[in-house]
Amino acid sequence: MPHRTFFWFFFPSGLAMLMFIGLPIISSFFQSLHIEPEQILMEVEKCDPFGCKTETKVDIEATNKLQEEQPLGRFNGLGTYGDRNHLAFDEIKEAWTNSSSIAEFTDILLNLPFYKALLFTLTFCFAVTPPVVILGFIVALSVNTITKSLKGPTIFGVILPMIVTPLIGSLVLFWMIDAKGILGSFIQFLFDDPNLSLKSSSQLTWITLIIYGIWHNTPFAFVVFYAALQTVPQDPIEAAIIDGASRYERVRHIVIPHLYPVATFIILICLMDNFRVLEPIIGFAAEGVAQSLSWMIYNDLRSENKMLFGSAGATSMLTIIGVAILLTPVLIRTWREFRTER
Amino acid sequence: MESKINRYSKQLILINSFFILAWLVISVFPFIWTFWGSFKVKADFFSRADWMFAVTGVNTLIETGDTSTVKAYVESWTEGEFWKATMNTIIITVSVVTISLFLGTLGAYALSRSTYKYTFWILIAALIFRAMPHITLVSGYLFPFFQLNVWGILPTTIIVLVAINQPFTLWLLYSFFKTVPKELDESALIDGCSYFQAFRFVIMPVMWPGVVTAGLFSMMLAYNDFTVTSLLLNQQNYTMVPKINAYLGTIEHSGNYMWAVSSVVSATAPLFMIIMFFQRQLISGLTAGAVKG
Repeated sequence: MPHRTFFWFFFPSGLAMLMFIGLPIISSFFQSLHIEPEQILMEVEKCDPFGCKTETKVDIEATNKLQEEQPLGRFNGLGTYGDRNHLAFDEIKEAWTNSSSIAEFTDILLNLPFYKALLFTLTFCFAVTPPVVILGFIVALSVNTITKSLKGPTIFGVILPMIVTPLIGSLVLFWMIDAKGILGSFIQFLFDDPNLSLKSSSQLTWITLIIYGIWHNTPFAFVVFYAALQTVPQDPIEAAIIDGASRYERVRHIVIPHLYPVATFIILICLMDNFRVLEPIIGFAAEGVAQSLSWMIYNDLRSENKMLFGSAGATSMLTIIGVAILLTPVLIRTWREFRTER
Repeated sequence: MESKINRYSKQLILINSFFILAWLVISVFPFIWTFWGSFKVKADFFSRADWMFAVTGVNTLIETGDTSTVKAYVESWTEGEFWKATMNTIIITVSVVTISLFLGTLGAYALSRSTYKYTFWILIAALIFRAMPHITLVSGYLFPFFQLNVWGILPTTIIVLVAINQPFTLWLLYSFFKTVPKELDESALIDGCSYFQAFRFVIMPVMWPGVVTAGLFSMMLAYNDFTVTSLLLNQQNYTMVPKINAYLGTIEHSGNYMWAVSSVVSATAPLFMIIMFFQRQLISGLTAGAVKG
């Protein structure tokens, strides 16, 4: 296809991506270099019958004027990245010199907002992915063995948790595990503790969120594994049966090796998607004990009168760096595939 | 094509059936429970006394005179203005699907037919774009949109969702067009068609299976989106998902918790219907990128 034709075919799609994915990233970076203007204070002399005193108050007019002149705020360089809510260099340095043991230091470190969020995000990613891969594989194996006429409805039932948006999915589970809901009462009955609530401690909330993550992501792993199972060559399996291999041995030595590339694909997609975890935190009302990087950005942008563009931009940039690290293996894999295709 | 020697033992079939049933309960039961509970009052759905009340509807009987009620549905749709959110969702979903398929088919066709090296880099760039967390993009939109005074309205959100959706659509349709034989449009070119005519008269009639799959994913993205719609739309223009979140959040609706429950059912039911019809396409789309490798 000549360059000219290619250009006109691709132009609309390319423009949309450039304008609304490429530019926002640059805009986000630009915002992160600025900080909200300080309020201009002025001294006013206030006199009442008992005498005069000077008071400092916000000069609204001047502040508004400044806001209009510099809507993005004043230039702050990389200052926002190092402040307490982000990488917190000063606090870490201070904690390092002041704390007597490594445990104390990590304790202080993990109470800083950014590191707290990073810890949760990574824990969520790495706790959800392995069970998802294993469960998805087992479910795929067992759906593969059922009667053909039942397959359709079964697959439909299994993929439901994936289809609903995470917010709705988490709300549905949240209502059930509520202390007054069915699962909540059941757990109380199980542990014989009428005051037990999954919302009461941060560990329990984290576990709940992780279980939700597994529930939501397993269907995806299932679907991909299931499709891959259809492509497993039948000849080696029959040969193995003739040679007397048990079912377990057949799965272990023929099916699993065939599915390795698919499993890596699932792991990478799963890690990448869960790195942006946001909706479950809102759905489970877990903001108090579990913040993710995405939630930090959401929180900065949510307040209606004062949005913290600088802070949100800086967290966005740091999140993108995290995604880039997770993305590298995917890119390498795609690149290899492309080369072998040619 | 089950070979005869590959029979399953009775024991295995039994264990397997149990496992599948258990798994189906785990994945389907929450939705059935919510559906059932949405016809009860709050005192039953969140029952302090006995969880069985949610099944039998004891308080619902006391409060409304019947064991099930559609009060929450009626109120959320009228008073809660869920009809408006539904309208907005329909407008956004239909527009996003149409526009992203239009842009996506053109772009993906070009990518699949060009032999130059830059197509590879474009696809890699699309992959990187696909991985960007949506919230980081939103943080980049807000400030310029405020300045340009286009924040809060539906068209902005539609364009944004189309753009966010492009990378995935491009990849999906690209791998689909790769399976359409090149000879088909090449012969049209030899017969004197322009590239656009070849696309219009030769490719378009055969591309529908791929387009349906891509359309399904665009629909799910637009219909399910929370991050973009909740931050880029103003309250009056909210779609269903941010609306449900709003029911939960504000104090004025705290007494109407059941609005959220019934709205969840209202929002989920159409989606499940659509997926029931297009299950095959959904699965083929999800596996397009994976199984070849």
